[in-house]
Order: sequence, then structure tokens, then C-alpha cells
Amino acid sequence: MNGAELNVVDVVKQYPDHRALDGVSLTVEAGSYTVILGPSGSGKTTLLAILGGFAEPSSGHIEVDGQDVTTLTPAQRPTTTVFQDYALFPHMTVGQNVGFGLEMKKVGKKARVERVREVLEMVGLGHTANRHIAELSGGQRQRIALARALIVEPRVLLLDEPLGALDLKLRRQMQDELTRIHRSVGTTFVHVTHDQEESMSLADNIVVLRDGRIEDMGSPERLYLDPATAFSAKFMGDSNVVSGTVRSDGTSADTPWGVVALPGSSSAGTPVTLSIRPEHLVEGSSGAGNLGEWEVMEAHFLGQKHRLIVRRGEHELLVSLPQSSNVRQGDSIVLGVDAHMAKLVKGDPS
Amino acid sequence: MKLVRSGLSWVYVLLIFGFILMPVVSLVVFSFQATNLPVPPFTGPSLRWYEALFADSRMIEALRNSIVVGVVSGFFSTALGFLAAYGLARYRPRGARAIRAIVMTPLGVSYLVIGFGLSVTANELALGRSLVLVTLGHIIINLPLAFAIVLSQMRDEDENLEKAARDLGAGEWTVITRVAIPVLLPGIMAAFLLSFTLSWDEFIIAFFLADFDVTLPIEIWSQLRTGLDAKTNAAGTLVFAISLVALTLAYVLNRAVSQRSRRL
Repeated sequence: MNGAELNVVDVVKQYPDHRALDGVSLTVEAGSYTVILGPSGSGKTTLLAILGGFAEPSSGHIEVDGQDVTTLTPAQRPTTTVFQDYALFPHMTVGQNVGFGLEMKKVGKKARVERVREVLEMVGLGHTANRHIAELSGGQRQRIALARALIVEPRVLLLDEPLGALDLKLRRQMQDELTRIHRSVGTTFVHVTHDQEESMSLADNIVVLRDGRIEDMGSPERLYLDPATAFSAKFMGDSNVVSGTVRSDGTSADTPWGVVALPGSSSAGTPVTLSIRPEHLVEGSSGAGNLGEWEVMEAHFLGQKHRLIVRRGEHELLVSLPQSSNVRQGDSIVLGVDAHMAKLVKGDPS
Repeated sequence: MKLVRSGLSWVYVLLIFGFILMPVVSLVVFSFQATNLPVPPFTGPSLRWYEALFADSRMIEALRNSIVVGVVSGFFSTALGFLAAYGLARYRPRGARAIRAIVMTPLGVSYLVIGFGLSVTANELALGRSLVLVTLGHIIINLPLAFAIVLSQMRDEDENLEKAARDLGAGEWTVITRVAIPVLLPGIMAAFLLSFTLSWDEFIIAFFLADFDVTLPIEIWSQLRTGLDAKTNAAGTLVFAISLVALTLAYVLNRAVSQRSRRL
């Protein structure tokens, strides 16, 4: 089966007391793994419900491969949803659960059993067809839910926080499993989560949602290395965000932390907001910026790196230093910024 | 002191249970009486009154009527109660609270009023008194109970099951029969058994609305008026035994429901 392209066009969802989605437009590439990332209340679950046909947008529309599906019921759409709580039928066996979609399509029993076996094998649970749902572990239920959704060969699979109920170790395992299944079925996956790490390890494409609006979207690399907004910079991992003013040379800015080199050139006097990842702060003054001397308030060795909190006056920075560093709490260090690694972002630092 | 107090509370408990259970115990014990009168001393055990009971065609007829009325009224109160609960919980219509209050109203009205009211209405509509009317009355009194039991078992989380079924292509009829009812089945069965039990030993409404065909409680009552013998004890014991079985089943099913919610 081939994945379909999904288009969301100017979707608004207005509830009596608040606006859950405020003009969302995006394109999900056919066959991609797209993650919609946002904190709770950002509208991501509402968006997924609208994609799946469980909620109607107040305005705007949804297209699958160019066909408008906004008014279609969930069953009429080439989408299937995997629910956060899996929504497996507790009174049916695993096989009956997985075969349900085919049964609804009036597929004969023999063909159905055969197909159920195939799909169960694909998710690595070929031996469980006769078990009851209550006998399965959380991770197994997750896979059965996937199998039940995939058996009807949807062109787009919608996943609502599918790993939210699993413990950390199982979550990592299931991430790898999801990537593998996505590759083997070729369907477009749209996955909703609030977990930044999960989104980066799964997605080809990430959409950051905040208060019902798209804050940023693109590849994980682009989003991490060159975030569009201050919010996106802080939500996708740690970042130090500061505002400043472009200096007369047009290539650096005055900030309360010191002089920071800009990634490009701007006209003098323009107010800017800059985002610097902790790992792009370096010990010693570099050509790209000199932030002067800072006092180390906290220093933690995390194996791959040292994580520091440094302070000068009312300003605090998060710093990540290489393993070889031997900075201790109470030390004073001089900090610089890696060349081109202070990024211009939109929005306020806070 | 502590010992005395705990001793006294035990005596109190025994007295309460004695007071509640004594009539039932004496009813059951004297149904096995070997002589005519169900009064001490106990002369049994003997099954002669059960033999007499099953030989009494009017008793058997009444027994059959009671079972039919109980099953039919139990079925309809449960079906209507389920539909009301399902509609309210899933579709959340405007005025849901008011609808809920209206469905629950019969619970606060005395059986006398319901029986009398139905009897007057039937007269005005020129409908004769009959077991059909009795069944109707029993549906009215049991509907709120069945509704409350089913509603208490409906969980918001289960709505996702129904959404998933629709997503996979199930129509509304299939959603109800293949997902909603099976998931709620223990609660639905409990509602049915309780409705049956309440109909089974209901007297007042049956008394107002039945004609020549009567239910078991009415038959027992009329036989009691004509003369006291241990046969009515045997009939009473039968009523009690069947109620006990139905209630035990209802209880077991309810426990199965709560265990399911804990497990999943």
C-alpha cells in the first residue's frame, strides 16, 4: 500500500470557550513519518481528531491526495486512528480484534484469518491470535492496536500519543519498532506527542504546535539547529535565548551576555532575539563571540558531557561542555560562542 | 470493659439479624412441616406440601405467569434502560440532567400510586385489567433501576472502543451489538436479573392490574385468605429461593464488572 499526501488547509476549531486550532495549514508528504509535537493544550489531539474524522473543523478543510475528505465519516476516509488507550475490544480475542476491520468489509473468514496472521507476524506477535486482550502486556497491546489499524491498509495512519502509556525502556523499543513498521508498510504516519526526544528519533518531519498555531515545521535537524522561534528552540531541547541589538558592523549584536556574532548580516540598530544551544557555548573566548567571565553555579557530569549552570549578575546560562572538561562548581570560566551557532529566532526570550 | 462492649455489640448484631431473618427462616422451615399447620412444633421434614404445591394447577398457572411477566418486563426495562443510558452517556443531549431526572422519577413514586394510576388510565381507555397491564406496571417501576445500573457501568473510556469500531467501518447497529452491549453485558445482565427479581415478588401493582390470571404473590395471598396450611409456606419458599438465585447472579455479575475495570 502507498502512503497518501495529506493537506491541512487553514483549519480552525472554535469551541464555545476557546479556540483549539487557529488557522493551521500544513502538508504531510506521502509516505513520510510526520510528528505533530506540542505541549498539552496546544491543539495537537484536536488536529488529529479532525484528520481522523472524529471532529469537524469550524472552518478550513482536509485533503487526502487532493481529495477533500472534510465531510467524510471516519470509516469513509483512507485514514485509521490508533488511540492513546489502544481501544482494543476487551471481549474479543487478539485475532478477532485485528480482523474486525476486514470483517466489516465482509472479507471471508478464511482470507481474514490468513491476513490476521500476516499482520500479527509483522508486529512480532504471530503466536497471540487466540489470546484475550487482558492477557497481554502494555507493549503487546500497543502492537495489536497497530496491527488492527494497519490491516485495513489505510493510506494515512494516525497515532495519538501511542507510546504515552509505556515505561521509558519499552518506549525506546517501540520507537524502533514503529520506524521498522513504517518502512515496511509505506503508509503515511502522523504521530502526535508532547515528547521532544520521541519526535526527533521517529520523524522525517516535525510540526511544532503551540496554542493552536504552527510554531515551526521541518526536519528534526533543521528544527534543532535553526529553530524558527524562541518557543520552538526551548521546546525542542534546551536553549539559551536572549534579545539584543545589531551593532554598527551589521554582523554582531550587543546582548546583556556580551557581544554575539550573528549568523548573517543585518542592518544596524535592529532588535533581534538569539538562541544558543548549551553545546554551542565553549570555554574560552572564540572569534564568534565573547561572553566574558561567568561563575559556575552547578556542574553535573552526565557521561557524554558536563552540564553546567553559570551565572553573572541576574543572567543564567545552560552550558554543555565536552567530557574532557574539568570545570567544577564555584569556578569562574570565560565563555565564547561557536561560529554561526547563535541563531536568530522570532519571539521574546521568555 | 472492652470485652463487655464487644460482647454487647455482638448481641445487638444477632438481634438485628434475628429480627430480619426470623420470618424467612420460619417460612422456610415450616414449608417442610409434616402436619397441616405451619406452626410449632416442627413435625417434618417432609416434602408433602411441595407435592401439594406442584399438584395445584392454579399455583402452577400463577407461577408460570410470574415467570413470563418477570422475564418480559425485565427484558423491556433493561432494553429501555440501556438505550436511555447509552444515549445520555454518548450523545450528551441538551437537557441531559432533566431527562435523567424524568427517567428516575418512578423510583420516588409509591407502587400504590403507579398501580392505581395505571388502573384508572386503563379504565378510561376501556382496556381490561390483564397481565399485559401488570407487565407494563413492572416495566415502569424497573426502568429507573435498570437505567441507573447500566449508566453506572458506562465509562467514558469505552467511547474510544466505539470510535475505533466506527473507524474500522462498523455501522451504528454493529457498534451497539458488537461493541457497546458485549462490553456492558455483565451490567446489563445484572440489571435484568434485578428487574426480574423485583417483578417476581411484586404484589401491589399486580393486585391492582391483574384480572383472573394472576401472578404468584397474588395467588399466595388469595390462598392465605381461604385457609392456613403449609402449602403457602412452600410457595413462599419457592419465591424466596428464586429471588435468592437471581440476586446472587446479579451480585456475581456486578463483581465481574468491577474486576474488569480494574484489570483493563
